[in-house]
Amino acid sequence: MSPRDYATLGATAIADGVRRGDFTARDVTECALSRIEALDARYNAFTTVTAARALSASAAIDALRARGGVLPPLAGVPFAAKNLFDIEGVTTLAGAKIEALRAPAAVDATLVARLATAGCVLVGALNMEEYAYGFVTENAHYGAVRNPHDVSRVAGGSSGGSGAALAAGLVPLTLGTDTNGSIRVPAALCGVFGLKPTYGRLSRSGVFPLAASFDHAGPLARSAADLSAAYDAMQGPDASDIACAQRDSQPVSATLADGIGGLRIAVADGYFHDHASDDARATLRNAADALGATRTVTLAEIGRVRAAGYLITASEAGELHLSNLRARANDFDPASRDRLLAATMVPAAWYLTAQRFRAWFREQVREVLQSVDVILAPATPVAATPIGATAFELNGHEYPPRTHLGMLTYPFSFLGLPVVAVPVARRGKLPLGIQVIAAPWREDHALRVARALEQRGVARSEVAAGAMR
Amino acid sequence: MTREGPLPSPPTMTQDDRERWLDAMAAVHGLVIDAAQRPGVLLNLARLAEQYTLLADFDLESAKSMPARFEP
Repeated sequence: MSPRDYATLGATAIADGVRRGDFTARDVTECALSRIEALDARYNAFTTVTAARALSASAAIDALRARGGVLPPLAGVPFAAKNLFDIEGVTTLAGAKIEALRAPAAVDATLVARLATAGCVLVGALNMEEYAYGFVTENAHYGAVRNPHDVSRVAGGSSGGSGAALAAGLVPLTLGTDTNGSIRVPAALCGVFGLKPTYGRLSRSGVFPLAASFDHAGPLARSAADLSAAYDAMQGPDASDIACAQRDSQPVSATLADGIGGLRIAVADGYFHDHASDDARATLRNAADALGATRTVTLAEIGRVRAAGYLITASEAGELHLSNLRARANDFDPASRDRLLAATMVPAAWYLTAQRFRAWFREQVREVLQSVDVILAPATPVAATPIGATAFELNGHEYPPRTHLGMLTYPFSFLGLPVVAVPVARRGKLPLGIQVIAAPWREDHALRVARALEQRGVARSEVAAGAMR
Repeated sequence: MTREGPLPSPPTMTQDDRERWLDAMAAVHGLVIDAAQRPGVLLNLARLAEQYTLLADFDLESAKSMPARFEP
């Protein structure tokens, strides 16, 4: 196998190849490390490469196979985690200069450990927005992550490295986090798949928080099958995360072949139409047509949903960082420092009003979800913006990318609903994606729709041409 | 707060109100906000107040109390 051959292989294809003996886990790991070394200076997706750990883990998989042992389901699949996740022996940077002085993590975050148990091989930690507070990943301390489809543009955020590493063919699987859209925005802008599961489905233990009542962790990959395989490997209760549900795993990989028969699919209109560019609307229409989705639904009060989400996120994040804001405010990225300082000053009554509104909105959407199983919406209002841009234009208004590229993702993390970000093929154009939203705990519905879009040729994730030269 | 009475509601909040809000809360929290940071913090306070304005005029009479632990 050459590093170039490796670049386009998916996670399940790699695991199958290792199991069959087409190549060894060590071959795969060396390809991953080789591509990271050769290409990452261009994209700045990685902050740490864990080569020694990766070579050791892949050697153990090859040894297990050599002695006839049963390989775990994702044996030999390289992956990387946003540097918000604890990795044993590595300092959890959280995108911040302040955290660089912390001791290395003593143990892996739960999801990192579960992927390792499933046979995945960790090759490094990924760049991100400082403290996961923003949608562009123009990090003042560790540099901007560059979008592999156009290196003059952002990769999205806050899990920017997680999207870029996939789009550049450096790894077939990454971990990200999503408080208000931080998996879905980079997935859409980098043209890959991302899953923000139901709130409480996947453990956040060992993950640096942003806003605890909205924080989710999840996988990104280049196909629905890879996304599902990783999700299945990470499910299950975890007493060390108070929000993690005491639910048994509900594997979805075997259900992907069920298709979308019987699923009631609708398109979100109103706010989601009004706050999307013509390109984003066309992308959504393309997907809806392929699924035969003619019905529309209107979710009420989305402007207020964004307002409530903004206040809750700010309040929780401001409180979290208060001690460092007191002691060393100038060590924060100025772009997040001023937001966090203001966030510490939100009156408690505003926060509680926002939480009460959240309860009201949950009831409204629960009613909508009585009559539909899946809702489709654009993932981002526009495609990737230029690095350094202070505003993007949308339907006659200007918005700052750092805070507004996630204007369409907020409402669904606000309710903790499961959402798959699906890249929609657009020949010769920058990537755009859609959100496939399902009822709580029905990740299977969203993933089946994602798979159906792939089968119909509408959804496709490709390694960027520039990374294959 | 340095003024008498409750915090003014956001629609009537002026720049002076925000300046006093910032100074009072910085004192409460023990934050030192230097001159270079001040305009950015004030801008963000204005944005936060705008968000609350959207919620403040919404009738939440029928909304349930916030649960102790949010569940989707």
